[in-house]
Amino acid sequence: MIKSLLKTVVAIVITSACLQARAQLVVDITSGIDDPTPIAVSPFSWSGSGVLPEDVSGIISADLRRSGLFAPVPKADMLSFPKSPKDVVFRDWRILGTEYIVTGRIEPQASGYLLTFDLMNVFGQHKMFTRQVRGGQTQLRDIAHRAADEIFEAVTGIRGAFSTEMVYVREETRGGKPSYVLMRADIDGARARAIRRFEAPVMSPMWAPNGQELAYVSFETGRPAIFRENLRTRERQQLTNFKGLNSSPTWSPDGTKLAMVLSKDGNPEIYVLDLASDQLTRMTRHFSIDTEPNWMPDGKSLVFTSDRGGKPQIYQLTLATGQVDRLTFDGDYNARPRISPDGKTLVMVHRNRGTFTIATMDIDSGRMRVLTETTLDESPSIAPNGAMLMYATKLGDKGILAAVSLDAGVKYNLPSQRGDVREPAWSPYVD
Amino acid sequence: MLKSVKTGLGLACVLAVMAGCSNTDTTGTSGEQVTGNELVEEPTVVVDVEEEQVAILENVVYFDFDQSLLKPETRELLILHADRMRGSMGAVRLEGHADELGTREYNLALGERRANAVRDFLVLQGVDGANLEVISYGEERPAEIGSSEAVRAMNRRVVIN
Repeated sequence: MIKSLLKTVVAIVITSACLQARAQLVVDITSGIDDPTPIAVSPFSWSGSGVLPEDVSGIISADLRRSGLFAPVPKADMLSFPKSPKDVVFRDWRILGTEYIVTGRIEPQASGYLLTFDLMNVFGQHKMFTRQVRGGQTQLRDIAHRAADEIFEAVTGIRGAFSTEMVYVREETRGGKPSYVLMRADIDGARARAIRRFEAPVMSPMWAPNGQELAYVSFETGRPAIFRENLRTRERQQLTNFKGLNSSPTWSPDGTKLAMVLSKDGNPEIYVLDLASDQLTRMTRHFSIDTEPNWMPDGKSLVFTSDRGGKPQIYQLTLATGQVDRLTFDGDYNARPRISPDGKTLVMVHRNRGTFTIATMDIDSGRMRVLTETTLDESPSIAPNGAMLMYATKLGDKGILAAVSLDAGVKYNLPSQRGDVREPAWSPYVD
Repeated sequence: MLKSVKTGLGLACVLAVMAGCSNTDTTGTSGEQVTGNELVEEPTVVVDVEEEQVAILENVVYFDFDQSLLKPETRELLILHADRMRGSMGAVRLEGHADELGTREYNLALGERRANAVRDFLVLQGVDGANLEVISYGEERPAEIGSSEAVRAMNRRVVIN
């Protein structure tokens, strides 16, 4: 399909399309749950001219497969390719053990596409829904991800997060020098593109809750400084320029404040910056390292890393009272906390027998569980539906991104064909 | 271990240069002094021969994992640096770094803590703290790439520039 699109466009566009394809992250599923739900996404019909630039039903299948909860039926195993509910012979699909079947029709619009798709329950022999998704000329992938979200939610009861995006940092060598690129991609790794290139390190990208702005740390001024950047307008603002560390920016759930780490008073402390008034409030007072703040979903407290007990552990700071409580006691290195959207699970980097892995902890019971088996895992970032998290790890000497479900059942890698990639940040829902 | 060998090498290098040899420091990690370039730019200036013979001190000191304690050999080297800094009042940058183990933001703080330990020691030796700027790169600018302990040891460092 991509090839046939390329035939129709000029050489310059081909070059840039190829570059983009090479920059993409490729999904490599390493483990799934024991009994994923068999589902068939029958190839969709297209009533327009030519060939569609994207395989929409294929993208939906790949999304569902990547969730680990579904086992999509390969096209080669299908006995027929029904395009609508009236074409479906349920008996054929029952023989294959298929529990659900999706049919769909894509029609051209004035400037874009309309997808009408149906979800059917094979054993109940009934249609669950028929829905439509519309999108512009460049939005076929978005249309597919939206449809996958709807199918996923109808079957699992969990909101789909296939339409979300991620940002991450890519380091590569350009002209013999290291180059640092703030990247943006669909959550499946496709459509990877540079937001901004830097000659000095860039780190700690974080999404604003509205999904339209980022905060990150750049060394472009010769020192670490916190920036915010609007992804739509490309407007950029340097927020801090204090002596010492300016790091770990993280937006409050309502988007009005940024928690951050500054060492202007001598050692790293956590501050909260009110974005409307520019008022900066110091939240911690301790001679140890206090860093990596992250907000609880209710915005009333922060979790953070501190070595005030001698080793890095995770603490919770209640903003109203300033009270600090230690949360982690298992192991001698727990850091970079993130909180699940329901506020119940803590995700962190945990040192386990000398290796750095991603672990979860149930906040109420304190029970910890190691999710990953690799050795240099860091920067966990949770999906807005709380089902999976993305993290950075090493494959050989190369930095790659990987994902794991919060119950550890599903794992996949997203290696980059170019450079080292790290620090993934999963976007909020974008509506 | 490798890091102490390297620091030892630095000291040996100092002694060798003091004995009249030319600089043979090949570590080349960063910030080598560029007396040669100054000569090229200003060919008519008569360069003080004495000054040219000043030894180039090893400018990188190393640390243990998750530690910012100065090792005895580091202290010896920093005393030599302090002697020199007290004489010349130029601004000096102390760049703190960490290895790839552990989280990036924590390592940024750890790099700063290491550079602060160097700064505090130099100030104790009588260096004017106002001329010392601390900056941490955490694990973002490794001196060497790789995941062996030898490589990590080379990355847990403070560079005096």
